[in-house]
Amino acid sequence: MNRRTFLARGAAVTGVAASAGLATGANAQDLAGQPWERVYGAGFTGYGQPSRFEQPVMRHIGRPYGDLAPGSGASLVPIESLDGIITPSGLHNIRSHSGTPDIDPKQHQLLLHGLVARPLMFSMDALWRYPMTTRTYFLECSGNSNRALAPQPAQVPAGAMHGNIACSEWTGVPLRMLLEEAGLLPQAKWLLAEGADSAHMSRSVPIEKAMDDAMIALYQNGERLRPEQGYPVRLLLPGWEGNMSVKWLRRIKLTEAPTYTKDETSKYTDLQPDGRALQFTFEMGVKSVITRPSSTMKLPRAGFYEISGIAWSGAGRIRRVEVSTDGGATWADATLTGEERPKSLVRFRLPWEWTGKEAVLQSRATDEKGQVQPTRTAWRAQYSPGNIYHNHSIVSWSVGADGSVKNVYV
Amino acid sequence: MSTFKRNSVVVAIAAAALAACAGQPPAPGQRPAFGAAVSANEIARWDISIPPSGAGLPAGSGDAKRGEAVYVAQCQACHGPKGAGKPADPLVGGAGSLATGKPMRTVGSFWPYATTLFDYTRRAMPLNKPLSLTNDEVYAVTAYVLYLNGIIRENAQMNAQTLPQVKMPNRDGFVNVSK
Repeated sequence: MNRRTFLARGAAVTGVAASAGLATGANAQDLAGQPWERVYGAGFTGYGQPSRFEQPVMRHIGRPYGDLAPGSGASLVPIESLDGIITPSGLHNIRSHSGTPDIDPKQHQLLLHGLVARPLMFSMDALWRYPMTTRTYFLECSGNSNRALAPQPAQVPAGAMHGNIACSEWTGVPLRMLLEEAGLLPQAKWLLAEGADSAHMSRSVPIEKAMDDAMIALYQNGERLRPEQGYPVRLLLPGWEGNMSVKWLRRIKLTEAPTYTKDETSKYTDLQPDGRALQFTFEMGVKSVITRPSSTMKLPRAGFYEISGIAWSGAGRIRRVEVSTDGGATWADATLTGEERPKSLVRFRLPWEWTGKEAVLQSRATDEKGQVQPTRTAWRAQYSPGNIYHNHSIVSWSVGADGSVKNVYV
Repeated sequence: MSTFKRNSVVVAIAAAALAACAGQPPAPGQRPAFGAAVSANEIARWDISIPPSGAGLPAGSGDAKRGEAVYVAQCQACHGPKGAGKPADPLVGGAGSLATGKPMRTVGSFWPYATTLFDYTRRAMPLNKPLSLTNDEVYAVTAYVLYLNGIIRENAQMNAQTLPQVKMPNRDGFVNVSK
């Protein structure tokens, strides 16, 4: 290194020295400046995309039927790569039964009928005219974390096991407003919600939920819904198992009783050890997962790390998240962001000084109803080994002396 | 005084302009109502859900013999010979498995209502061409799957009257907790 280069680098690193009058008089081409600082940048684009260096941040796609039914399955959020509360719309989790339909909003209509005084048909132009509300809600598939029920802990990224959860800002029309326009008859105790996908996926919803916080969602994170999220209109049932928030909504029928569709009888019922199945377990349990550090990551050296993760409850607000670094022997309260929002993701954080010794990281959430996230052992004892729904038990990550982070059962 | 008058005129003009441009604000208690009336005939073309009572089941009928032909042509490629499964879900078997460590949930072992089988087959199957089977074909293939599971006889006619009366083996296998 010649003297001139040394001085130029010194000036770049120590601004104080430069401002103190020790500038070298180097020419511009010798000053600090990356290649992209020396060329004119890209022009405008109509719709922005993430940096090409973020291309590895992709959803974890599960296709149980392979090419036979490429749109049947789930696509999970890479929660291990994200921070904050809102999930980017393009990384939102997807659970689809017969792929994503290509819906023309000029042709799509929503029928509201059954036990109502006035059956009504809504065009999209009509729905877009209503007064809107905006809320932040999570959506979790009730099959989320079923991979964490495998006999042996899978060594895959956190999102590939626990990423069937996302959180968006949703804007739409309160369902109550449309139901009141149609006029509920006294016998109307349930409704059937049906999608315009080729499975016509349908679920029954009790009227109390429909009149409470159910939303006819039209916008997600400020823009109209993505096709994968139900464009142009979906039902949104805050805090309840995701598949009830029927996408591509085409029909709502008010009924006296549940319709007992395929997806509320043969699926989405929770098998117990005695062989009987619990039916209509709508609410998603209080839950949390540490996203960083998490499974398959490696801590390069001992020292400071922030333990960070997400927590949520279908019952309302998150009141507390505790973090353990010793497999549950001792716990410390994490700081929360977003805890004022009911049925939203909450971000929790805790500073941690890793000494370089083996550790087991866990998080445990408590909601405003006082419900506490159960241990994996306690949760499993309630169900048949074949039950794959509503696993909201504590997740454990081990940190080895070499810094490698693994999925473990504690 | 003259200033006051001038200002009043300006305010009045501005208010009139606002009313002309924005239309009248809704009166208190008035609600937006943009749904359009829809005829019973139109509703009938949309209403495809069948509850356990069988309400809404269409005319038509079919038995397992006719259903086998429908099954072989439309279903077998995914659900395997005689509903055995692979590559898609099996439709038969699993009786007695629900309380074991390896439960197998099929139409025969798990589904509580036969009406759901008709409803789902009509709305969603075959996967590559839903809403394509005739009502007779849906009744027939429903009968075939029920027959394969030993729930009905081979010559039993399934129709709007008989299908809701089929007692599924796991009809009482559900605990309603609604939470």
